[in-house]
Amino acid sequence: MELAAHLAQVQGFTAIALGLIIGFGALGACIGIGIMGSKFLEAAARQPELVPLLQGRMFLLAGLIDAAFLIGVALAMFFAFTNPLLTAVKAVAGG
Amino acid sequence: MASEPQGGLTEYITHHLTHFKPVRMSPEGFWSVHIDSLTVSLVLGVIFCFWFWSKARKATSGVPSKGQAFVEIILEFVDGQVKDVFHGDRRFLGPLALTVFVWVFLMNAMDLLPVDLLPWITHQFGIGHFRSVPTADLNLTFAMSITVLLLVIFYSFKAKGLGGFTHELFTAPFGAHPALWIPNFVLNIVELLSKPVSLSMRLFGNMYAGELVFMLIAGLFSAGSWILYGMGIVGYAVWGIFHILIISIQAFIFMVLTIVYISMAHDHH
Repeated sequence: MELAAHLAQVQGFTAIALGLIIGFGALGACIGIGIMGSKFLEAAARQPELVPLLQGRMFLLAGLIDAAFLIGVALAMFFAFTNPLLTAVKAVAGG
Repeated sequence: MASEPQGGLTEYITHHLTHFKPVRMSPEGFWSVHIDSLTVSLVLGVIFCFWFWSKARKATSGVPSKGQAFVEIILEFVDGQVKDVFHGDRRFLGPLALTVFVWVFLMNAMDLLPVDLLPWITHQFGIGHFRSVPTADLNLTFAMSITVLLLVIFYSFKAKGLGGFTHELFTAPFGAHPALWIPNFVLNIVELLSKPVSLSMRLFGNMYAGELVFMLIAGLFSAGSWILYGMGIVGYAVWGIFHILIISIQAFIFMVLTIVYISMAHDHH
Protein backbone atom coordinates (compact mmCIF):
# COMPACT_ATOMS: atom_id res chain seq x y z
CA MET A 1 0.00 0.00 0.00
CA GLU A 2 1.20 3.51 -0.79
CA LEU A 3 0.69 4.90 2.71
CA ALA A 4 2.53 2.04 4.39
CA ALA A 5 5.47 2.47 2.02
CA HIS A 6 5.70 6.20 2.78
CA LEU A 7 5.40 5.66 6.54
CA ALA A 8 8.04 2.94 6.39
CA GLN A 9 10.40 5.21 4.49
CA VAL A 10 10.02 8.05 7.00
CA GLN A 11 10.47 5.68 9.92
CA GLY A 12 13.52 4.08 8.29
CA PHE A 13 15.28 7.38 7.79
CA THR A 14 14.32 8.44 11.31
CA ALA A 15 15.88 5.28 12.71
CA ILE A 16 19.15 5.92 10.85
CA ALA A 17 19.14 9.53 12.06
CA LEU A 18 18.63 8.42 15.68
CA GLY A 19 21.57 6.09 15.41
CA LEU A 20 23.76 8.89 14.06
CA ILE A 21 22.64 11.34 16.76
CA ILE A 22 23.35 8.96 19.60
CA GLY A 23 26.53 7.56 18.04
CA PHE A 24 28.24 10.85 17.25
CA GLY A 25 27.10 12.36 20.53
CA ALA A 26 28.56 9.47 22.49
CA LEU A 27 31.78 9.72 20.48
CA GLY A 28 32.22 13.40 21.35
CA ALA A 29 31.26 13.00 24.99
CA CYS A 30 33.53 10.02 25.62
CA ILE A 31 36.57 11.61 23.95
CA GLY A 32 35.94 14.79 25.94
CA ILE A 33 35.66 12.97 29.26
CA GLY A 34 38.76 10.93 28.39
CA ILE A 35 40.89 14.02 27.71
CA MET A 36 39.57 15.76 30.84
CA GLY A 37 40.14 12.70 33.00
CA SER A 38 43.69 12.25 31.79
CA LYS A 39 44.52 15.89 32.54
CA PHE A 40 42.99 15.49 35.99
CA LEU A 41 45.11 12.42 36.72
CA GLU A 42 48.25 14.20 35.55
CA ALA A 43 47.48 17.17 37.78
CA ALA A 44 46.67 14.88 40.72
CA ALA A 45 49.99 13.10 40.30
CA ARG A 46 51.86 16.38 40.08
CA GLN A 47 50.12 18.10 43.03
CA PRO A 48 48.24 15.62 45.27
CA GLU A 49 47.20 18.33 47.74
CA LEU A 50 44.93 19.89 45.11
CA VAL A 51 42.91 16.71 44.53
CA PRO A 52 39.73 17.69 46.49
CA LEU A 53 39.49 21.04 44.70
CA LEU A 54 40.15 19.52 41.28
CA GLN A 55 37.73 16.68 41.89
CA GLY A 56 34.84 19.10 42.46
CA ARG A 57 35.71 20.96 39.27
CA MET A 58 36.02 17.64 37.41
CA PHE A 59 32.47 16.57 38.26
CA LEU A 60 31.21 19.97 37.18
CA LEU A 61 32.98 19.62 33.85
CA ALA A 62 31.75 16.03 33.41
CA GLY A 63 28.17 17.24 33.68
CA LEU A 64 28.79 20.06 31.22
CA ILE A 65 30.50 17.79 28.68
CA ASP A 66 27.67 15.24 28.87
CA ALA A 67 25.04 17.93 28.41
CA ALA A 68 24.93 18.15 24.61
CA PHE A 69 25.09 14.37 24.27
CA LEU A 70 22.18 13.81 26.65
CA ILE A 71 20.12 16.53 25.01
CA GLY A 72 20.69 14.62 21.77
CA VAL A 73 19.65 11.35 23.42
CA ALA A 74 16.49 12.95 24.82
CA LEU A 75 15.56 14.32 21.39
CA ALA A 76 16.34 10.97 19.75
CA MET A 77 14.15 9.14 22.25
CA PHE A 78 11.36 11.63 21.66
CA PHE A 79 11.53 10.91 17.92
CA ALA A 80 11.65 7.18 18.57
CA PHE A 81 8.32 7.06 20.35
CA THR A 82 6.26 9.92 18.96
CA ASN A 83 7.67 10.76 15.56
CA PRO A 84 6.43 14.24 14.56
CA LEU A 85 7.70 13.74 11.00
CA LEU A 86 4.88 11.26 10.45
CA THR A 87 2.17 13.86 10.91
CA ALA A 88 2.79 15.34 7.45
CA VAL A 89 2.42 11.92 5.83
CA LYS A 90 -0.69 11.14 7.84
CA ALA A 91 -2.20 14.55 7.04
CA VAL A 92 -1.78 13.95 3.31
CA ALA A 93 -3.17 10.44 3.63
CA GLY A 94 -6.11 11.33 5.85
CA GLY A 95 -7.09 14.58 4.22
CA MET B 1 1.63 -4.37 31.60
CA ALA B 2 2.49 -5.81 28.16
CA SER B 3 1.42 -9.23 26.99
CA GLU B 4 3.60 -9.40 23.85
CA PRO B 5 6.88 -7.47 23.96
CA GLN B 6 7.01 -5.39 20.79
CA GLY B 7 3.71 -3.59 20.46
CA GLY B 8 3.16 -3.75 24.19
CA LEU B 9 6.54 -2.22 25.04
CA THR B 10 6.01 0.81 22.84
CA GLU B 11 2.53 1.30 24.22
CA TYR B 12 3.81 0.88 27.79
CA ILE B 13 6.44 3.53 27.21
CA THR B 14 4.19 6.02 25.43
CA HIS B 15 1.61 5.53 28.17
CA HIS B 16 4.23 6.34 30.77
CA LEU B 17 5.45 9.35 28.82
CA THR B 18 2.04 11.06 28.76
CA HIS B 19 1.43 13.83 31.23
CA PHE B 20 -1.62 14.22 33.40
CA LYS B 21 -3.51 17.08 31.80
CA PRO B 22 -6.99 18.23 32.94
CA VAL B 23 -9.11 17.29 29.95
CA ARG B 24 -11.71 20.01 30.03
CA MET B 25 -9.52 22.97 30.94
CA SER B 26 -6.18 22.44 29.26
CA PRO B 27 -5.51 22.74 25.51
CA GLU B 28 -2.97 20.57 23.70
CA GLY B 29 0.46 21.64 22.61
CA PHE B 30 2.27 24.71 23.85
CA TRP B 31 -0.30 25.93 26.38
CA SER B 32 -1.04 22.55 27.99
CA VAL B 33 -0.93 22.47 31.77
CA HIS B 34 0.81 19.50 33.37
CA ILE B 35 -0.88 19.00 36.71
CA ASP B 36 1.40 16.12 37.67
CA SER B 37 4.62 18.15 37.39
CA LEU B 38 3.06 21.11 39.18
CA THR B 39 1.76 19.00 42.05
CA VAL B 40 4.91 16.99 42.63
CA SER B 41 7.19 20.04 42.45
CA LEU B 42 4.92 21.97 44.84
CA VAL B 43 4.80 19.10 47.33
CA LEU B 44 8.58 18.67 47.20
CA GLY B 45 9.11 22.42 47.63
CA VAL B 46 6.88 22.45 50.69
CA ILE B 47 8.70 19.42 52.12
CA PHE B 48 12.08 21.11 51.58
CA CYS B 49 10.99 24.41 53.14
CA PHE B 50 9.31 22.73 56.10
CA TRP B 51 12.29 20.44 56.73
CA PHE B 52 14.86 23.23 56.74
CA TRP B 53 12.63 25.61 58.70
CA SER B 54 11.97 23.03 61.43
CA LYS B 55 15.70 22.36 61.79
CA ALA B 56 16.49 26.07 61.92
CA ARG B 57 13.82 26.72 64.50
CA LYS B 58 15.30 24.24 66.98
CA ALA B 59 18.93 25.03 66.15
CA THR B 60 21.28 24.96 69.16
CA SER B 61 24.81 26.30 69.32
CA GLY B 62 25.79 23.40 71.56
CA VAL B 63 26.15 19.85 70.29
CA PRO B 64 23.84 19.62 67.26
CA SER B 65 21.41 16.78 66.58
CA LYS B 66 22.00 14.61 63.49
CA GLY B 67 19.26 16.34 61.52
CA GLN B 68 20.63 19.77 62.32
CA ALA B 69 24.16 18.63 61.47
CA PHE B 70 22.98 17.36 58.08
CA VAL B 71 21.21 20.61 57.26
CA GLU B 72 24.31 22.53 58.35
CA ILE B 73 26.52 20.43 56.07
CA ILE B 74 24.31 21.23 53.07
CA LEU B 75 24.18 24.90 54.02
CA GLU B 76 27.95 25.18 54.38
CA PHE B 77 28.50 23.38 51.10
CA VAL B 78 26.24 25.77 49.20
CA ASP B 79 27.63 28.79 51.02
CA GLY B 80 31.16 27.69 50.15
CA GLN B 81 30.24 27.53 46.48
CA VAL B 82 28.65 31.00 46.60
CA LYS B 83 31.64 32.46 48.45
CA ASP B 84 34.06 31.07 45.86
CA VAL B 85 32.38 32.81 42.98
CA PHE B 86 30.37 35.82 44.17
CA HIS B 87 32.05 38.75 45.87
CA GLY B 88 29.05 40.79 46.93
CA ASP B 89 26.21 40.62 49.42
CA ARG B 90 25.38 36.93 49.83
CA ARG B 91 22.09 37.36 51.62
CA PHE B 92 20.02 36.91 48.47
CA LEU B 93 22.19 34.63 46.39
CA GLY B 94 22.88 32.17 49.19
CA PRO B 95 19.25 31.17 49.82
CA LEU B 96 18.57 31.19 46.07
CA ALA B 97 21.45 28.78 45.48
CA LEU B 98 20.31 26.60 48.39
CA THR B 99 16.75 26.48 47.04
CA VAL B 100 17.91 25.65 43.52
CA PHE B 101 20.25 22.91 44.72
CA VAL B 102 17.97 21.11 47.20
CA TRP B 103 14.75 21.53 45.21
CA VAL B 104 16.28 20.34 41.92
CA PHE B 105 17.95 17.45 43.77
CA LEU B 106 14.65 16.37 45.37
CA MET B 107 12.79 16.61 42.06
CA ASN B 108 15.51 14.63 40.30
CA ALA B 109 15.43 12.03 43.06
CA MET B 110 11.81 11.24 42.18
CA ASP B 111 13.36 9.39 39.24
CA LEU B 112 14.76 6.76 41.62
CA LEU B 113 11.30 5.53 42.61
CA PRO B 114 10.10 2.50 40.62
CA VAL B 115 8.66 3.55 37.26
CA ASP B 116 5.22 2.12 37.91
CA LEU B 117 4.85 3.19 41.55
CA LEU B 118 3.31 6.67 41.38
CA PRO B 119 1.29 5.94 38.24
CA TRP B 120 -0.13 2.84 39.96
CA ILE B 121 -1.01 4.79 43.12
CA THR B 122 -2.73 7.55 41.18
CA HIS B 123 -4.48 4.94 39.04
CA GLN B 124 -6.24 3.72 42.17
CA PHE B 125 -7.70 7.23 42.41
CA GLY B 126 -8.81 7.21 38.80
CA ILE B 127 -6.05 9.25 37.16
CA GLY B 128 -4.97 7.69 33.88
CA HIS B 129 -1.49 9.07 33.26
CA PHE B 130 1.03 10.43 35.73
CA ARG B 131 4.64 11.41 35.26
CA SER B 132 6.43 11.54 38.57
CA VAL B 133 9.64 13.41 37.68
CA PRO B 134 8.97 17.16 37.41
CA THR B 135 12.40 17.98 35.99
CA ALA B 136 11.78 15.60 33.09
CA ASP B 137 9.11 18.11 32.03
CA LEU B 138 10.46 20.81 29.72
CA ASN B 139 8.00 23.35 31.14
CA LEU B 140 9.50 23.14 34.61
CA THR B 141 13.16 23.35 33.65
CA PHE B 142 12.46 26.28 31.35
CA ALA B 143 10.48 27.97 34.15
CA MET B 144 13.49 27.77 36.43
CA SER B 145 16.00 28.88 33.81
CA ILE B 146 13.83 31.80 32.62
CA THR B 147 13.61 32.90 36.26
CA VAL B 148 17.41 32.80 36.38
CA LEU B 149 17.51 34.85 33.15
CA LEU B 150 15.18 37.47 34.65
CA LEU B 151 17.39 37.64 37.73
CA VAL B 152 20.48 38.06 35.53
CA ILE B 153 18.84 40.96 33.67
CA PHE B 154 17.65 42.51 36.95
CA TYR B 155 21.13 42.32 38.48
CA SER B 156 22.70 43.69 35.30
CA PHE B 157 20.46 46.73 35.55
CA LYS B 158 21.11 47.06 39.27
CA ALA B 159 24.89 46.86 38.94
CA LYS B 160 25.41 48.93 35.82
CA GLY B 161 22.34 51.18 35.68
CA LEU B 162 20.03 51.52 32.69
CA GLY B 163 22.45 53.57 30.61
CA GLY B 164 25.44 51.45 31.52
CA PHE B 165 23.66 48.25 30.61
CA THR B 166 22.53 49.44 27.18
CA HIS B 167 25.97 50.93 26.55
CA GLU B 168 27.54 47.58 27.28
CA LEU B 169 24.94 45.78 25.19
CA PHE B 170 26.01 47.73 22.10
CA THR B 171 29.73 48.21 22.65
CA ALA B 172 31.05 45.02 24.22
CA PRO B 173 33.07 43.05 23.16
CA PHE B 174 34.24 44.47 19.85
CA GLY B 175 34.38 48.20 20.48
CA ALA B 176 32.48 51.48 20.52
CA HIS B 177 32.55 52.27 16.77
CA PRO B 178 28.97 52.69 15.45
CA ALA B 179 29.53 50.17 12.65
CA LEU B 180 30.14 47.52 15.31
CA TRP B 181 26.86 48.16 17.17
CA ILE B 182 24.89 45.50 15.26
CA PRO B 183 27.49 42.67 15.65
CA ASN B 184 27.94 43.55 19.32
CA PHE B 185 24.20 43.52 19.92
CA VAL B 186 23.69 40.21 18.11
CA LEU B 187 26.50 38.56 20.02
CA ASN B 188 25.26 39.85 23.36
CA ILE B 189 21.68 38.72 22.69
CA VAL B 190 22.91 35.27 21.64
CA GLU B 191 25.01 35.04 24.80
CA LEU B 192 22.11 36.20 26.96
CA LEU B 193 19.60 33.76 25.42
CA SER B 194 21.92 30.76 25.24
CA LYS B 195 22.27 30.71 29.03
CA PRO B 196 18.70 29.75 30.00
CA VAL B 197 18.29 27.47 26.98
CA SER B 198 21.41 25.45 27.74
CA LEU B 199 20.67 25.41 31.47
CA SER B 200 17.18 24.00 31.06
CA MET B 201 17.89 21.63 28.15
CA ARG B 202 20.83 20.10 30.00
CA LEU B 203 18.71 19.25 33.04
CA PHE B 204 15.75 18.12 30.92
CA GLY B 205 17.89 15.94 28.64
CA ASN B 206 19.58 14.18 31.54
CA MET B 207 16.35 13.49 33.42
CA TYR B 208 14.27 12.52 30.36
CA ALA B 209 16.92 10.13 29.05
CA GLY B 210 17.34 8.62 32.52
CA GLU B 211 13.62 8.10 32.94
CA LEU B 212 13.36 6.56 29.48
CA VAL B 213 16.18 4.08 30.12
CA PHE B 214 14.40 3.09 33.36
CA MET B 215 11.22 2.44 31.36
CA LEU B 216 13.06 0.46 28.69
CA ILE B 217 14.70 -1.73 31.34
CA ALA B 218 11.35 -2.13 33.08
CA GLY B 219 10.01 -3.32 29.74
CA LEU B 220 12.48 -6.20 29.94
CA PHE B 221 10.55 -7.55 32.92
CA SER B 222 7.66 -8.56 30.72
CA ALA B 223 9.74 -9.75 27.76
CA GLY B 224 9.14 -13.42 28.52
CA SER B 225 12.12 -15.52 29.56
CA TRP B 226 13.64 -15.79 33.05
CA ILE B 227 17.06 -14.78 31.77
CA LEU B 228 15.72 -11.45 30.56
CA TYR B 229 13.91 -10.99 33.86
CA GLY B 230 17.18 -11.47 35.78
CA MET B 231 19.02 -9.18 33.39
CA GLY B 232 16.25 -6.66 33.94
CA ILE B 233 16.77 -6.67 37.70
CA VAL B 234 20.55 -6.31 37.38
CA GLY B 235 20.25 -3.64 34.73
CA TYR B 236 17.69 -1.66 36.74
CA ALA B 237 19.92 -1.72 39.83
CA VAL B 238 23.07 -0.74 37.94
CA TRP B 239 21.37 2.09 36.06
CA GLY B 240 19.77 3.27 39.32
CA ILE B 241 23.14 3.49 41.06
CA PHE B 242 24.64 5.35 38.09
CA HIS B 243 21.63 7.64 38.06
CA ILE B 244 22.20 8.66 41.69
CA LEU B 245 25.49 10.15 40.56
CA ILE B 246 23.84 11.84 37.57
CA ILE B 247 21.08 13.54 39.57
CA SER B 248 23.55 14.87 42.12
CA ILE B 249 25.84 16.22 39.42
CA GLN B 250 22.96 17.85 37.54
CA ALA B 251 21.60 19.56 40.66
CA PHE B 252 25.12 20.76 41.51
CA ILE B 253 25.69 22.06 37.97
CA PHE B 254 22.37 23.94 37.94
CA MET B 255 23.27 25.61 41.23
CA VAL B 256 26.85 26.50 40.23
CA LEU B 257 25.78 27.90 36.88
CA THR B 258 23.03 29.97 38.52
CA ILE B 259 25.60 31.44 40.90
CA VAL B 260 28.11 32.05 38.09
CA TYR B 261 25.60 33.75 35.77
CA ILE B 262 24.26 36.04 38.51
CA SER B 263 27.74 36.95 39.70
CA MET B 264 28.85 37.66 36.11
CA ALA B 265 25.88 40.01 35.79
CA HIS B 266 27.10 41.80 38.89
CA ASP B 267 30.54 42.54 37.49
CA HIS B 268 31.44 46.01 36.32
CA HIS B 269 33.76 46.50 33.40
